[in-house]
Amino acid sequence: MTVYIFIVLAVLAIASALAMVINKNVVNSALFLVLNMVSLAGIYLLLNAQFLAIIQILVYAGAIMVLFLFVIMLLNVEQEEKLFDKFRVKYFLAFLLGVAVTGQIFYSLAGVTDMLPEISDKMAAVGTVEAVGDVLFTTYLLPFELTAILLTAAVVGALMIAQHKIKRTEEI
Amino acid sequence: MSPGGFELFSLLYIPTWVAVLAIGLFSYLNSAAILVYAERRVASFIQNRVGPNRVGPAGLLQPVADVVKLLLKEDVTPTHGYKVLHAVAPMIPVITALMSVAVIPFGEGLYVTDINAGVLYILAVASLGVYGVTLAGWSSNSKYSLLGGLRAAAQMISYELPMGMAVASAVLVAGSLSMVEIAASQEYLWNIFINPIGAVIFIVAAFAEANRTPFDLVEAEQELVGGFHTEYSGMKFGMFFLAEYMHVFIGSILITTFFFGSYHLPFAGYWLPELSPLLKGVLDVSVFSAKVVFWCFVFIWVRWTIPRFKYNQVMKLGWARLLPLSILNFMIIAAGLYIYHNVL
Repeated sequence: MTVYIFIVLAVLAIASALAMVINKNVVNSALFLVLNMVSLAGIYLLLNAQFLAIIQILVYAGAIMVLFLFVIMLLNVEQEEKLFDKFRVKYFLAFLLGVAVTGQIFYSLAGVTDMLPEISDKMAAVGTVEAVGDVLFTTYLLPFELTAILLTAAVVGALMIAQHKIKRTEEI
Repeated sequence: MSPGGFELFSLLYIPTWVAVLAIGLFSYLNSAAILVYAERRVASFIQNRVGPNRVGPAGLLQPVADVVKLLLKEDVTPTHGYKVLHAVAPMIPVITALMSVAVIPFGEGLYVTDINAGVLYILAVASLGVYGVTLAGWSSNSKYSLLGGLRAAAQMISYELPMGMAVASAVLVAGSLSMVEIAASQEYLWNIFINPIGAVIFIVAAFAEANRTPFDLVEAEQELVGGFHTEYSGMKFGMFFLAEYMHVFIGSILITTFFFGSYHLPFAGYWLPELSPLLKGVLDVSVFSAKVVFWCFVFIWVRWTIPRFKYNQVMKLGWARLLPLSILNFMIIAAGLYIYHNVL
């Protein structure tokens, strides 16, 4: 069962990554990137890294990509080319063929078991919030604090740039 | 997965989590219909008029009539809009709203799953809901829709921060990120008694996240016609409507779970005797539902009492008032807990 889920998620991740690069429409690309991040989060979940999976969605898909989308939407986006404008019989046939081929692939993959590592209790414990927090605030305290300072500096810098008032020579 | 299960008609063994998931999703979907009816009746009561009372006994079948109307309406898509996203956008808020059922405890042992970062899961799912509104605004190819969508996104991102900090203070008190343990930790004292400021911040942020008055700038009619759903009609509009009321329902559930003792009666640990599992289950679910219904009522009550803020006031309240206050509250709670555990 987990192997099937892994295959679906892996195919989804790769396909959305490719679609992101190939797509001509910028908004579509951004949305495919979101899909890619969500499917990656699903793979993390399969590996029992719950904290990492949820942070992936919360930070990347939930916060950063929304801001990206904001910027893209407010810029002018050129007209995209419409490939699938009308419903055609060949697309329907292609869909049916695709389903048949996918079914065959799944059938032939039924015996595969060693795609994902066996998750021992010790490995499962590493992915929990407690374990991550524990390591972050003891062994890796210095890098953690340095990152915090770096982020704070970046935020202050962004505020400086945003609030910078351009001096106008000719007041009206 | 929650432990245990029961036999149905001594034929079929149903694990508890399947039953909770089924009943939870059922009540989520129906909450919207009931809330629409409740909102119209409460609104008319507050405005001293009658409200819908023709369809069915006391107007109870009004939501059914509404849905039939929405389904039969012509579905209009903007000619120069982006049709695919225009169709996909209304599904996103509904799906993300339904996803939150997975980690909410409805009673002792009555939950679907207990992941050890349940609180973060709730926040992550809520943050994904922004996409629906933003994409709806953009794909409609209309200035009102776009402005409404951008306003909605800005507002939701702004209020996620104080909401997150308020939840973090609740997490601090419970000592766990698991929703089940946060609910269980309030058996003796509800979080509102320990952390009243956090509760107020969370309630305000929940109102803003649900885009309800006084924060409903997203669809301020005077400025934006209908906001992000200006170009929507028929059942696609119905999906946004559904999502809005489901967000009210989820907001009430989260307020109850984080700050108002979840399924516990006040100070239940001190006086409530040991009950049989069945009786305890019925009591838990009843107490939880009663609290959720009360908070849904408060949502409606506020909408018909308080006028809308201006946009700059909303942003100022979010960033300049609630966020510093929530961080301060977090530090005070942390210091208080340290003193309680280590010094006293």
